[in-house]
Amino acid sequence: MVHYKRVVSRSFDLAPGILRFSAARFRTQKGKKAAAPAKAKGAKDGKKAPKKVNQKWPTLQASAAKFKRGSPKRVPLRKSLVPGTILIVLAGRHKGKRVIFLKQLQKSGLLLCTGPHSLNSFPLRRIAQAFVIATSTRVDVSGVKIPDHINDDYFKRKNVVAKKGEDIFASGKTEYKVNDQRKTDQKAVDASILAAIKKHSDAKQLQGYLASRFGIRKGQLPHQIKF
Amino acid sequence: MVYTQFVQLGRVVFIAKGKYAGKIATIVNVVDGNRVMIDGPTSGVPRSVRNMKDIQLTKFVTKARVGQRTGPLKKALEADKINEKWAETTWAKKLAAKAKRQTLNDFDRYKLMRAKQARNKIVRAEFNKLRKAANKAKAK
Repeated sequence: MVHYKRVVSRSFDLAPGILRFSAARFRTQKGKKAAAPAKAKGAKDGKKAPKKVNQKWPTLQASAAKFKRGSPKRVPLRKSLVPGTILIVLAGRHKGKRVIFLKQLQKSGLLLCTGPHSLNSFPLRRIAQAFVIATSTRVDVSGVKIPDHINDDYFKRKNVVAKKGEDIFASGKTEYKVNDQRKTDQKAVDASILAAIKKHSDAKQLQGYLASRFGIRKGQLPHQIKF
Repeated sequence: MVYTQFVQLGRVVFIAKGKYAGKIATIVNVVDGNRVMIDGPTSGVPRSVRNMKDIQLTKFVTKARVGQRTGPLKKALEADKINEKWAETTWAKKLAAKAKRQTLNDFDRYKLMRAKQARNKIVRAEFNKLRKAANKAKAK
């Protein structure tokens, strides 16, 4: 006689046939322990269930793979986006500006860009690829070194939490101020970027190009324009 | 108003619509009031009947008889150097410029803008000089 382990579920019927928690939800909550369906044979006291095929539902039992929470995938970029590409920013306070794409950030998949700041006051900044048009113009950024500490955490917003008991209305707004770390990083990156721009065959024009803004006029249809 | 360009045998035409648009050809026969037979051996247009609505007349005429065959027509066009003459017209140049403009990328357009600005600056300076001189002459 085989004893089934009795599972007391936190789930309950919301409506006939609809459970409060889905099977997947349960698995994520239980983590590694889960996997085997409720009627698994011999799963007792957290011990590993012996690999026996359930006679009644062989497919259920056979290889209940452990549920794995996936690791974040690398965000695929458009083919036209290669480090060194000049981008046209489409949204935000910098819209219309032409900026240089430095690299893709590992964690978020966003594009790390710089104006450079001395040309068009676009700082070292992250931007999503959807908010950008890639042009066919490129700058050779192979010689540009980007410090390793410039990653997603670097750009994370640091919230100033009001102390307990203080009147939140009295304190007023805390204005964002650029810290010295950012300033030095900006200088370091811009110096090498400007050197890279100077190496371009049309360097002088390129500087003016980066300093100017993009816009479309009457009769110019974005889908027909070659970038 | 006196017309100078007619639908006639040997008239070189510009194809404005449909297949082979943008190329030139020659009228070798008139089918009726609306349609003509054209042939363009030097410009890669096969012999066909086209509606006059798709065609625009150019100022060039070459020698062609009724239903002139492709071979002799080619010789006549080459003798008259129609292709070269066509390429020199303002019409053809404008078309070429338009096609060229389509191939420019964003950076090229910026450079073009700057070049135009530089040119206009020179033109304006010269014009102002002339105007100043003219005004002085008037004042006297």
